[in-house]
Amino acid sequence: MTALLEVTGLGKRFGGFVALESIDLEVQQGERLGLIGPNGSGKSTLVNCICGTLRNESGKVRFAEEALDGLSAHERTRRGLARSFQLPRPFASLSLAENIRIPILYTVNARATGHLSRAAIDARCLELLGQVGLAAKAERRPRDLTQIEMRKLELARAMAAEPKLLIADEAMAGLSHAEVDEIIALLIRLNAEGVTVIMIEHIMRAVMEFSQRLAVLVAGRKIADGPPQDVVRDPEVVRAYLGE
Amino acid sequence: MRTGTFLIAAALVGLAIVVLTRIFFTNEYFFFAAYVVLQYIVLSTAWNILGGYTGYINFGTGAFFAIGAYSSAVLHKLPALLKTFDILIPAVPLPVMIVVGGIVSGIVGLGTGYLTLRLRGVFFSIATLALAVVVQTLITNWDFVGGARGAYVLRPRVAPLIGGEYVQYLFLLMLGMCVIVLATARAIERSALGYGFAAIRDDEAAAEASGVPTLRLKLIATTLSGGFMGMAGAPLPYYVTYLDPTSGFSLNYAVNAIAMPLIGGTGSWLGPVVGAVLVGGLQEYLRVTISSAVNVLVAGVLMVAFVIAAPQGIVGLFQRKR
Repeated sequence: MTALLEVTGLGKRFGGFVALESIDLEVQQGERLGLIGPNGSGKSTLVNCICGTLRNESGKVRFAEEALDGLSAHERTRRGLARSFQLPRPFASLSLAENIRIPILYTVNARATGHLSRAAIDARCLELLGQVGLAAKAERRPRDLTQIEMRKLELARAMAAEPKLLIADEAMAGLSHAEVDEIIALLIRLNAEGVTVIMIEHIMRAVMEFSQRLAVLVAGRKIADGPPQDVVRDPEVVRAYLGE
Repeated sequence: MRTGTFLIAAALVGLAIVVLTRIFFTNEYFFFAAYVVLQYIVLSTAWNILGGYTGYINFGTGAFFAIGAYSSAVLHKLPALLKTFDILIPAVPLPVMIVVGGIVSGIVGLGTGYLTLRLRGVFFSIATLALAVVVQTLITNWDFVGGARGAYVLRPRVAPLIGGEYVQYLFLLMLGMCVIVLATARAIERSALGYGFAAIRDDEAAAEASGVPTLRLKLIATTLSGGFMGMAGAPLPYYVTYLDPTSGFSLNYAVNAIAMPLIGGTGSWLGPVVGAVLVGGLQEYLRVTISSAVNVLVAGVLMVAFVIAAPQGIVGLFQRKR
């Protein structure tokens, strides 16, 4: 297997604060990676650097054997790198179906492969909303949704870009037990279809159930990376979460 | 309705307006007033392409409008200038001036966009306000176009092509521009471009993450918006016959171009039309019945009332609630 995503020596500062310090991370094609760490450890910053929302000062990001450095966020999304936001950021003035339509228009239809017709896009929007249980609300606006439904919309919008790699940034925070199972099943199904998934999550049950491999960030450094069962027993990880 | 069909329908409506006005209005004043209303339809629709669709509030409408007007003034004086160098060219026809004015303003729009679109929200608005001041200062100090004195632009006594009063010709051209601008705005709304604009308006980071090339789309919006404003301004020298910086850069254009879409509704192409007809018509009516200074007050009061009572504008009131 070749690495789909290769992060080497990635560093990011905010003024004098070092948010990320020489992070190395490899994600294999088809893998399910869990990324955990205490609040403020730099998980979302790492995602933002990988996806081009933030610019990293040092280090390199390679995706599908192509250097991403200098590419803007939308160019990375078109190359198959999709993410959901930790705090849902829906397009508030558009209906749910239109929210899904935008990534389809600007990624799937912008790629050389296949151009969807208007009707095909409509069908695809409903299909994606159906996968997260929002098909009945396709014509509603995001303001009519609950927080939980917004997270599902966020995920559906990321899926609409038909990514090779999907980064789900705390897609499950605040969800009920049954809903967490639903999202896990959805992500595993996507993964089975060939999408590589990085899951950032605080809900350990979900992380353990989902991940094939677990990476741990603490204070901007990666302190562990390996099989989930080993990582959670790692003394350094335990210390980071529970203290001495 | 497809864009082509809409364009034909809009052209037919325009033609009907022309025929009806020629039958019912022999009064020249009607054309003077109607020209202003049509000009505001073009201006507010142009403003709405940037302000309503992408959410970037432009306070510099006056600058783009005046660039169009002054590019016409330059073209008007060009044959006389070249004659001193023994180069003879015929007088430039007004439709060509409109195209040139649109292109010049569009280029300025592109440049402005490139320099300012890294600014967001109110900071972008302040930058456009600064643009208006800079352009006005430049033109006030440019002697060839009259500088602070202004310049007389003598228009032909008889309109070309149609005959009759020249103002009817101006009215006709402005009506044609309305059709073009409205068809463009409506086509944008229903295209991928329109969805991209809406995504930018709602959340730029999320738009980027969804694959929307936000910078390129914003540049398209500023170019189109600036270009149409310039087109609206190009016939101005022939309308006022005396162009000076105060009339070209009047604050009224900037205020009305914002007030009209807000009152009519920024969400669709129809909003600026409704706003321009209502506010523009009311202003022209009050100008002759009460006072010529009251028109700015009208825009201000209506804008405040609508922002409080109907933030979605008149069109928003009639759209079904989703």
